[in-house]
Amino acid sequence: MHALAPAADPMLCSGHAACPGCMDALSVRHVLARIGTNAVAVIPPSCMAIIAGPQPYSSLKIPVYQPTLEASAAAASGLRRALDAQGKHDTHVLVLAGDGGTYDIGLQCLSSAAERNENILYVCLDNEGYMNTGAQKSSSTPRYARTSSTPVGKPTRKKNLTAIMAAHGVPYAATASIGFLPDLLRKVDKAKAIRGFRILTLLVPCVDGWGLDDDAGLRAARHAVECGAFPLYEVEDGHRYTLNHTARNRPVADYLAVQKRYRGMSQADIDALQAEVDEGWRWLLRLAQPDEGQVAP
Amino acid sequence: MNQSQTLLLDGNHAVSWAARLARPQVVPVYPITPQTPILELITEFHANGEMDAEILTPESEHSVLAACVPASLAGARVFTATASQGLLLMHEVLHYAAGARAPIVMANVNRTVASPWAFWPDQTDSLAQRDTGWLQYYSESPQESLDSVLQAFRVAEQVGLPAMVNHDAFYVSHSLEPVQVPAQATVDGFLPPYAPAQRLSPELGSSWGNVVSQDMYYRHRQAMDEAMARALAAAQEADLEWARLTGRAWGILERYRCEGARVVLVALGSLCGTTREAIDALRAEGIAAGLLKLRLLRPLPQAALRAALAGVPDVLVLDRDHSPGLGGILHQEIRGALYGLERAPRVHGLLAGVGGVNVPPQRICELVRAAIGRAPAFESTWG
Ligand code: SF4
Repeated sequence: MHALAPAADPMLCSGHAACPGCMDALSVRHVLARIGTNAVAVIPPSCMAIIAGPQPYSSLKIPVYQPTLEASAAAASGLRRALDAQGKHDTHVLVLAGDGGTYDIGLQCLSSAAERNENILYVCLDNEGYMNTGAQKSSSTPRYARTSSTPVGKPTRKKNLTAIMAAHGVPYAATASIGFLPDLLRKVDKAKAIRGFRILTLLVPCVDGWGLDDDAGLRAARHAVECGAFPLYEVEDGHRYTLNHTARNRPVADYLAVQKRYRGMSQADIDALQAEVDEGWRWLLRLAQPDEGQVAP
Repeated sequence: MNQSQTLLLDGNHAVSWAARLARPQVVPVYPITPQTPILELITEFHANGEMDAEILTPESEHSVLAACVPASLAGARVFTATASQGLLLMHEVLHYAAGARAPIVMANVNRTVASPWAFWPDQTDSLAQRDTGWLQYYSESPQESLDSVLQAFRVAEQVGLPAMVNHDAFYVSHSLEPVQVPAQATVDGFLPPYAPAQRLSPELGSSWGNVVSQDMYYRHRQAMDEAMARALAAAQEADLEWARLTGRAWGILERYRCEGARVVLVALGSLCGTTREAIDALRAEGIAAGLLKLRLLRPLPQAALRAALAGVPDVLVLDRDHSPGLGGILHQEIRGALYGLERAPRVHGLLAGVGGVNVPPQRICELVRAAIGRAPAFESTWG
């Protein structure tokens, strides 16, 4: 049984700069509580960089380095090597990046760090858009979602980051959601215990960018998993796929209904999105079969 | 390496030796012509167990420098090397490194910037980085490159700013000469282990890079400027100490046959070697010519420049670089440094050697003879 309460002495302090009801702050609070104090965080420009606070203040109880938007995994690699050179092998190097800095501009160095199997834990706080600059689309934005750069809805699908990273053959790549806290905590613990490159992609419903009621973040986080739009799964060594939440008991329409970013969608588009999610689900089920070769070695 | 030794080295391998002797703990590198031999000899030293460093080979120069900055902030001594497009790709992170006050040392092999694509010696690549907050050394020979890398580490770590040591493609990077490689013990005495006050570590709990107020940013830039000002004295001191240990001093700027000169040429890097020959020829034909070799471009040694050039009738600046719409970058730097000087020289700017075109000593002599007979053009002229 996992303890659900974060540590009594929280690693993310109150008074931070997140919007009220933000799932980013809540997710990071739990992640940091599990990681502990022997860690250094790399945080590129993102909501989390603002949440971390203006110099000379910090809302985090571990040191933070803020690199350029596109360089998180490279910066984390350099930091890791410097700590190793000083014999500090036990100090965790943790990246807390957004989806823009991960799926888009930072993907090149992320791939390179994965290829080198750098001993870092990369957490992508995926709110499916460039929320820090006013909710523009990223390549993580799902089809039909309205953003300030796709005002009539995004015409293309969400990039599958976890599959891309898993295809590098890294020790651990997983998705998680604050809506399923025991699963999230287990994955943080598991990732923490592994050496080499690890990546967790956390779905972070964004009150502002998604058009959620202030108290609807957790509901959206749960619905996303229950309808299969954001399945919970993990991939070990690039080929062992495990689905962690198999009950699909909710239509995609339920998930869309709690968010304003899908307002005005036609029934045909809702059906098309449902079909896309179903197809993704079947793909995952196939990969999770023990006998499937899953991914080329 | 308990004894100093003389090895036949090209400029790039001289830099690799300097990197080895400096004992960096983290070395991220990416290959690019004509820098690649620096990388290759370093990885060979490492493979032979002669260099105890974390070597990283990321996917681009941008990531190389991005890795350097927090490695330096975590307290490691960091070295890297690049050239041309690689340096330009790093541009954003050059600002980050200087802003973070990370004393990284980087060798840059000056090479033309595209497009069109070319590989020749041209200093536009590093001169275009002059406002990033990096110290900039320019070296004329393999020996000077080796010595400069070691001096640059000492200065960078004393003042808390990154340093770039530039040498020209092929003229220096691929030219062989006998190079005095100092004993490890000599270098260890000159360059003690890096022990920074500010670092990223859970014990100290200090961070870097979060958003700041206008006032904090303003004060931070002032502090960088003060560090630049200190770097001049630190560079001078490092050079004197190096001379005491090895017998080799290079100065911050070198005056060659400037006594009673009626014309002084100003140049950076390998053009200085050619110019020295031209000076000898000009002196032989009765023209009192001299050379002012600038070794440090950032910080620009303005006071020393003004002292050296006051009262000289004509100054010719040779630029192996080009800023479209302005002309020679060094020309502008020298004019700016001399502005308001009493008995200021007439400053002639010559775009000589742009794109690596050959500038033989005879050509320099012709340029000098033509310049002293006429008033300088306001613009740089194609030489
Ligand atoms: S914009 Fe969204 S993700 Fe960013 S702090 Fe606000 S609620 Fe959180």
